[in-house]
Amino acid sequence: MHAEKSYQVLYPARNEFFSGIKAVLPLMLGVIPFGMIYGILAVSVGVPANVAQAMSVIIFAGSSQFVSAQLFGLSVPAVINIFTVWVINLRHGLYSGSIAPYLQKLPTRWKWLLGYLLTDEAYAVSIIHYQQEGDDRNKQWFFLGSGLTLWTIWQLSTAAGIFLGASVPTSWSLDFTLALTFIALVVPGIKDRASLGAALSAGLVAVVLFNLPLKLGLLAASLIGILVGLLLERES
Amino acid sequence: MIIWLTIIAAGILTYATRLSFILFYGQIRMPYMMERALRFVPPAVLTVIFFPELLINDGDIILSFGNARLLSGMLAILVAWRTKNVIYTIVSGMLALWILQYFFS
Repeated sequence: MHAEKSYQVLYPARNEFFSGIKAVLPLMLGVIPFGMIYGILAVSVGVPANVAQAMSVIIFAGSSQFVSAQLFGLSVPAVINIFTVWVINLRHGLYSGSIAPYLQKLPTRWKWLLGYLLTDEAYAVSIIHYQQEGDDRNKQWFFLGSGLTLWTIWQLSTAAGIFLGASVPTSWSLDFTLALTFIALVVPGIKDRASLGAALSAGLVAVVLFNLPLKLGLLAASLIGILVGLLLERES
Repeated sequence: MIIWLTIIAAGILTYATRLSFILFYGQIRMPYMMERALRFVPPAVLTVIFFPELLINDGDIILSFGNARLLSGMLAILVAWRTKNVIYTIVSGMLALWILQYFFS
């Protein structure tokens, strides 16, 4: 007990780093099958294996890689493919705004690194950690630990999917783990009427507008959900 | 070649989006309204991604007890709410889906 205490005092950065790894590990249960399915899908629609893997490094955003690979398969114009990826990833701008206040005292090279690692999962665990009381000076190591873990697992699982090709039957429905992961991320955070209203309205509008081109319905639904949350909050 | 240019452009735009506020916080002042709105970003945006996965199949909305994904998702929401545990949520949802698919097909 005493040894562990002094370890935490002596090596706060290392301690934060490993806490970040530990916090993000349970989410890998959703990330690994999703990465594998992306790899399998990309190869099966005709994306070359090296390009499919490069997308995981260069874009590094699961849902948008999924959609982009499908658009390559359909041979849509490059401009539409690029724009679609950007729209799907716009939510990362909102994450960026939400976590930015906590990163301001960091050197610029840290900001460039953590910006690259800002994914749904790393954001979800890191923002919770930042919002907790306590010494803020080393929390960037927590973010780095969770982000690097996610990055490594994502690269390995997409590589595994590309390698496996089409040998995993679709009847396993492994793509459903994506929805389940998001449920696990959202539901515990809904603590009042305003956040419940934001989630429900956004989800229902997303379903109604699902067939809009370029996934624009997703963006509209997000904005409506945020608006409903704000209105409900002001009421109470 | 065009496939490489596409993913590089998409990657740069995604990276720029992620960096935006982290790099320019303070220089691009965030309006008060936006700061309040940020609390609703995770519930709104993440729900937008999973709701269609539960309710839409091949472009059609399916609201019936024959929709195995909807039932499994509702069970997973219940489990997530009671346990706040990611692994329990995913495992219970997948087991429910497999069992329902076995009986319905």
